[in-house]
Amino acid sequence: MLEPIVEVEGLTKVFKSLKAVNKVSFSIYSGEILGLLGPNGAGKTTIMHMLLGLTTPNEGEVKIFGRPLAKHRKEIIQEANFSSNYVSMPNSLTVKECLKVFARLYQVKNKEQKITELLKIFEIDDIRNKLVRHLSSGQQTRLNLAKSLINDPKILFLDEPTASLDPDIADKTRRLLQLIKKKSNISILYTSHNMKEMEEMSDRIIFLHKGNIIAEGRPADVIKRFKRKDLEEVFLKVAREERY
Amino acid sequence: MRLNRIVALFFRHVYLYRRSIPRIMEVLYWPVLDLVVWGFITVYLAQFRQNLPKFIPFFLGALILWDILFRAQQGISVSFLEDVWSRNFLNLFASPLGPAEYIFSLMLVGFTKLIVTASIMAALAWFLYSFNIFLVGISLIPFVLNLIVMGWSIGIITTALILRFGQEAEVLAWALGFLFMPVSAVFYPVAVLPPFLQAIAQYIPASYVFEGMRSVISKGGFPLDELLWSLGLNIIYIVLSFLFFYWNFRVVKKKGLLVRIGE
Repeated sequence: MLEPIVEVEGLTKVFKSLKAVNKVSFSIYSGEILGLLGPNGAGKTTIMHMLLGLTTPNEGEVKIFGRPLAKHRKEIIQEANFSSNYVSMPNSLTVKECLKVFARLYQVKNKEQKITELLKIFEIDDIRNKLVRHLSSGQQTRLNLAKSLINDPKILFLDEPTASLDPDIADKTRRLLQLIKKKSNISILYTSHNMKEMEEMSDRIIFLHKGNIIAEGRPADVIKRFKRKDLEEVFLKVAREERY
Repeated sequence: MRLNRIVALFFRHVYLYRRSIPRIMEVLYWPVLDLVVWGFITVYLAQFRQNLPKFIPFFLGALILWDILFRAQQGISVSFLEDVWSRNFLNLFASPLGPAEYIFSLMLVGFTKLIVTASIMAALAWFLYSFNIFLVGISLIPFVLNLIVMGWSIGIITTALILRFGQEAEVLAWALGFLFMPVSAVFYPVAVLPPFLQAIAQYIPASYVFEGMRSVISKGGFPLDELLWSLGLNIIYIVLSFLFFYWNFRVVKKKGLLVRIGE
């Protein structure tokens, strides 16, 4: 049996009168990519923020590496990392300076070696001295991803990492992530609005709608259950509330 | 609490200031402008020195010291805003960085900026007006430290309020410090204030610092009472400001506002 890295039990978040996440329970296993999908406002990002300890849940428990997040956040986050296309790196710093700052924050040993390695993996070695504000969106995404691997995390939270990338760069980014997962057996929680990407990337998916889990399983099984051709069609069915 | 993480954020700001002329200007421009304008006014008014003895040290000393308090406050609140403006805030708090480490790093950034600003102002005051602030004596140092701590307290509260109310509250980073100016008795003694403001002034650490400075300049000696009052109040306020920040940090996490800052 696979070892659960993340265990979520009855997670609930209410903002004023809106139940953004409603008694959600799931696990993420070692070396697994779990895709969180659903229409806007489904609760994907809120769940991710709660797993990072950035938003406090109203109810429920999150355990990561077998330890309650509420009590052991610092130790847990030391072995986790995060990347979002909607969060930037300091734009007046160079690529290398950004990575140096985060290497210190995560107390990385052999900082220089790790930074050099990541710059090469993400093919941003040639722009190491370029200011973040002068980077293209593809380069910024690769920098964000490089930062998210600075501490060799065991669990990675990726919030729409390929949003706003052109198809070529998005494809390269996906391949790179799969390669990293294969090499380091990292677990990844992944959100995206690109259903093709979710099918391609995820070992398992969780379909959310208005804060509730409405389907869970391997992408092929979820598609079968909804009697649709692909996840895109499942998404449209859910978003247009044919049944939900 | 890890020193490494405090140093990491300190370097984030050093990198920023190292190559940003507008930010270097921010450290120097306003203090120097203040010193030049008010310095010459002081020189002019000093013609009436019979009526206003030791006018230059009173006025320029007050100006430099007030700037220390104001810069200490800004060192925290504006450095925090740098993270908000660059939409980097979430990256920082998704890391193992704790709120106390974050605040301590801002204090360190602010203190460094302050040393630079104060040194340049002191040098200019000496060069332009032959005013040597260190002639006030070694007793100035504990008073200056008290002003820095008061500036930090205001800066921490400002930061907590911006976290809570979002970027609409940004203006507080520049405004809140000045709210304390009238009751800090920077350029005049507490005695000239109306009674209700005098009552408020007795709870403001800076008022004891400026009274102390005037006492040193006019009478010499060491105003221990003023120093102790200022120190006591500062200890209370810095502790309260940290508690307020921590409480507020918990509230913004509960309300889901932490992840919205900078959006």
